[in-house]
Amino acid sequence: MLEIEHLSLAVPSREGALPAVSDVSLSVARGRVLGLVGESGCGKSLTAQTVLRLGEYQGIERTGGTVRVDGEDVFAMDEPALRRLRGGRVSMVFQEPMTALNPVFSIGDQITEVIRLHLDVSDAQAKARAASLLASVGLSEPERLMRQYPGELSGGMRQRVLIAMAMSGEPDYIIADEPTTALDVSVQARIMDLLRALQREKGLGMLLVTHDFGLVAELADEVAVMYAGQIVESGPVEDIFDHPAHPYTRALMACRPEVAEPGRPLPAIPGQVPAPGRWPEGCRFAPRCAHAGSACERPVPERAWTSPNGSGHWACCVRVEELS
Amino acid sequence: MSLLRVEGLSKSFASGGGLWGGGRRRVQAVRDVGFAIEKGETLAIVGESGSGKSTTARMVMRLIEPDAGRIELLGEDITHLKGRGLRQRRRHMQMVFQDPYASLNPRMRIEHTVGEGLRVHAPELNRRARRERVAQVLEMCGMPASAMDRYPHQFSGGQRQRIGIARALAVEPDLLVLDEPVSALDVSVQAQILNLLAELQREKGLAYLFISHDLSVVRQVADRVAVMFAGRIVETGPIEAVYARPRHPYTRALLDARPAEHPSRRGRGGERLLADEGVAETGCAFRLRCPHAQADCAGFDGRLVAAEAGEASRAAACLHPL
Ligand SMILES: Nc1ncnc2c1ncn2[C@@H]1O[C@H](COP(=O)(O)OP(=O)(O)OP(=O)(O)O)[C@@H](O)[C@H]1O
Ligand SMILES: Nc1ncnc2c1ncn2[C@@H]1O[C@H](COP(=O)(O)OP(=O)(O)OP(=O)(O)O)[C@@H](O)[C@H]1O
Ligand SMILES: [Mg+2]
Ligand SMILES: [Mg+2]
Repeated sequence: MLEIEHLSLAVPSREGALPAVSDVSLSVARGRVLGLVGESGCGKSLTAQTVLRLGEYQGIERTGGTVRVDGEDVFAMDEPALRRLRGGRVSMVFQEPMTALNPVFSIGDQITEVIRLHLDVSDAQAKARAASLLASVGLSEPERLMRQYPGELSGGMRQRVLIAMAMSGEPDYIIADEPTTALDVSVQARIMDLLRALQREKGLGMLLVTHDFGLVAELADEVAVMYAGQIVESGPVEDIFDHPAHPYTRALMACRPEVAEPGRPLPAIPGQVPAPGRWPEGCRFAPRCAHAGSACERPVPERAWTSPNGSGHWACCVRVEELS
Repeated sequence: MSLLRVEGLSKSFASGGGLWGGGRRRVQAVRDVGFAIEKGETLAIVGESGSGKSTTARMVMRLIEPDAGRIELLGEDITHLKGRGLRQRRRHMQMVFQDPYASLNPRMRIEHTVGEGLRVHAPELNRRARRERVAQVLEMCGMPASAMDRYPHQFSGGQRQRIGIARALAVEPDLLVLDEPVSALDVSVQAQILNLLAELQREKGLAYLFISHDLSVVRQVADRVAVMFAGRIVETGPIEAVYARPRHPYTRALLDARPAEHPSRRGRGGERLLADEGVAETGCAFRLRCPHAQADCAGFDGRLVAAEAGEASRAAACLHPL
């Protein structure tokens, strides 16, 4: 189990540290995919990167809570243990396939380096394993590819190489932060199929960070919806798609062009996500919510609404019953 | 008379050769592309990465020189116009780019970025009149006039894209060429920008050449669509007709590749149709991936063929259309 417990984070600013993530709890079991969705700037990446304690290097402060991987507290680990964790039991795939690869080293050098960091193998064994990993993500002629440089590959090929690298330490969990956002539809479809196949075959637990409900529909078992540093709704993927409870989730799902009526204005959400430190007192979504009332001016308990169907579906909104 | 008409546009680039040079070859980025755009309408170009969409847009804007072909603006051949003549025609067509971070000069205040075109196209305006015009287009794009005195880094991605659109609109063009204008934005900001574009089109009678690889977005905005593959237009027609009944197998594949709308439909993407990344060098470029390919496809010249009667304005470049 990969568990984020009551995590709160603050980001640096000229006005001092500002709260950016507050009291977030999530868990990802092996063999399951949790989709973490929300608009840009909601705190998704901040939350996800904390699993590997990557925020520390950017001055991001943990003000509360912790992260456990199979019961082990990540914040109690020393540097060597952390290095083994990163790319070992837990690995990450990022959005930008170009910046995540070093342009001056060959694909082969980069992937064998990761393998040797995590597995006790000879040079030749590492090379053989690299070739088989590249083949397993659908790249043909892996030996030739290993002599090539990142700049010679297409975006889709680079993303496959990154996924192969993420798999190289034989992880149990994978954190994928917008893994297909930079890719075109046809490549996106293939990367989604690849991620699904790998995840099933190896029984990986996956934390999938995205603002794309299509990707969530394709891959996730559970969904957590994030807004202004908070989880505002969570539940099994079918429940979220069939009966979104929080007005934010509903509004986000409604403005997808794929479900809209062609030629009519999209039901856009007015305004934008408040920046860290600019959150309203009560419900954080209230200023943009079409259904906000006086009850929304007071702070809302996390699970203000829980589904009567016992699926574990809940929402941080006091008006769900009234609105449905 | 069409607002814009292009015919036989082609462009190749030298490419490849790896890090150490050598082995360079030519990539035919765009081949024999033609289309027309009428006043007030939206033509979308869709296609996968590398299919030649941006190269086409940049030739239309005369930012790069075509190897062959012709570009007509309001009935006038502008293919070889240069200098002052070209600058004057540019007033009619403006471009909006994909990346709202890279496309605004970080050291320039918004007033200057948005007002840049006015200096060229409306030199008669003094500073005050220019500021007024900038305030007006910013407000038209849903931004406060006070944004003028700030710098790009003080704005979110969606706000920057609004500024990019305001910059393009400042000179009152007839045509906006939008190259993936919402691809870098999240779904809610994307909806705001798409609505803004629709509203501006209604109010100003603007025409759009809208480039995207997202078919759901395209369906929202376009009147007609041109599907590109390997530098050629392989299918074109009214958007709803093409969606309802694609004729080219590549169009079908693109439609199938869209992510599911609901988890119950997951895993039905176009894996089979799009499994291979190959592009054939001769004959139909799609035949290596095409489930309907037959022997004669190897000899196909790639030309668009009008569909049967009653389907005017539809065409597909396929010997065995669906
Ligand atoms: N290193 C940092 N220093 C200061 N502020 C930061 C830092 N990292 C993130 N933030 C701020 O914290 C908020 C949440 O950022 P985060 O990157 O987690 O958003 P996100 O939900 O991943 O959005 P996106 O979809 O755009 O990736 C944003 O307002 C962002 O500007
Ligand atoms: N300046 C250039 N020099 C060399 N090759 C180029 C240049 N510009 C484009 N190309 C090549 O031309 C082809 C078409 O590129 P283009 O940018 O037009 O594609 P696109 O359809 O816009 O793709 P994307 O969706 O990735 O933006 C590609 O093979 C590309 O590598
Ligand atoms: Mg992020
Ligand atoms: Mg492009």
